[in-house]
Amino acid sequence: MITVNIQKKLKAYNGVQLLHLQKAFVPGSITRITGPSGAGKTTFLKMIAGLIKPDSGIIKAYEVWFDADKKINLPPQQRKTGFVFQDYALFPNMTVKQHLEYATDDAAWIERLLAIGGLDTFTAHKPEYLSGGQQQRLAILRALAIKPRLLLMDEPFSALDIKMKGGLLTDLQKLFKELQATVIIVSHNPQELDGIADDELVIGSEV
Amino acid sequence: MDLTPIWLTLKLAAITTLILLALGLPLAYRLSKKRSFFKIVIEAIITMPLVLPPSVLGFYLLLAFSPQRGLGKWLSEVFNVQFVFSFQGLVLASVIYSMPFMISPVKSAFQQLPLSLSQASYTLGKSQWQTLRYVLLPNIKPSLLTAAVLTFAHTLGEFGVVLMIGGNIPGVTRVASIAVYDSVEQQDYPSANYYSLILFAITFVMVMGVFIYNKYQVKTPLA
Repeated sequence: MITVNIQKKLKAYNGVQLLHLQKAFVPGSITRITGPSGAGKTTFLKMIAGLIKPDSGIIKAYEVWFDADKKINLPPQQRKTGFVFQDYALFPNMTVKQHLEYATDDAAWIERLLAIGGLDTFTAHKPEYLSGGQQQRLAILRALAIKPRLLLMDEPFSALDIKMKGGLLTDLQKLFKELQATVIIVSHNPQELDGIADDELVIGSEV
Repeated sequence: MDLTPIWLTLKLAAITTLILLALGLPLAYRLSKKRSFFKIVIEAIITMPLVLPPSVLGFYLLLAFSPQRGLGKWLSEVFNVQFVFSFQGLVLASVIYSMPFMISPVKSAFQQLPLSLSQASYTLGKSQWQTLRYVLLPNIKPSLLTAAVLTFAHTLGEFGVVLMIGGNIPGVTRVASIAVYDSVEQQDYPSANYYSLILFAITFVMVMGVFIYNKYQVKTPLA
């Protein structure tokens, strides 16, 4: 079980706002996170990944990753969560293939990911010569390259058209099963993950 | 015509640039991260040579490294190194004097990279060093080149600091800018013109080179 119980003060336009989140994620499940803009969805994912430090609380994913009282705070390198950034965070200096090679040495796995993402004919392209949808797929593939047990995705399908998304999601679901990955997806679009997500967490009040 | 001052100048600029690359990269990287009061103080000190008259800097360096007292005495007694009126003194002064030209472009280049680039690298299990080497540095290459060239060119043009700490010893501390001044003082205008023209040509070509590189970098979709 992956359990999170953390607090973090967020600076918002209307002063300081306290983010308190408590949630248990069933291993192998897909959880959708929704909530209004600025509610702290991205901050939540980054706190789990170890990129932002919560003020207090505990994060446990198979082992203790963060415990404010015991002063435990594993760096992101040791947590090795797959992370899909909202801005993709692709490396401008690397080609599609180099992105995946930077993450893993497993050549067969790289080939498979490229095929799933439909990027096998673009391996030598750098991000600036990819379309928005291709860039987003590369960001997803890179996060999967490390075979993460916990995958955190921040609006990962926003740039994909419906047809592309459908096919990709089916393939991704298979991969998630295979990796036995627990997946947490931040999504604006309420229908996007219908029939796919097992659970939901709403952050912030929806008014 | 004596070419020694030109060679000496080029040697000084090259050594200074190399030292500043080695010293400035990690420092600029550190400074580009979260700000603290301590970092602001360090930054202010590094920036001082930009606004301070070079003769002031030279004067203090001269005092600090004078073999008659304190630090300079200790250095000369223990390590037998002398920074006053010597080539290594010129190198030290140039490193301090040109430091802002290396640090500030590199620092702002680091700061302009989105934070998520390093974060993405960390989640892939890569260390800070690997991230710097494979993700950050390759993406600030143009700024790195600009910084190196500016540092080199700025060192070529040094005068006040060099005169204060190095003096005008032929073959040792008599760099081109000093040779120009010295020639003019002796009303030897042809020599002054000769050194000036060479300095002018070198710096012009270098600055043009950087502009061309940064503006017309060949871009192709395939790496």
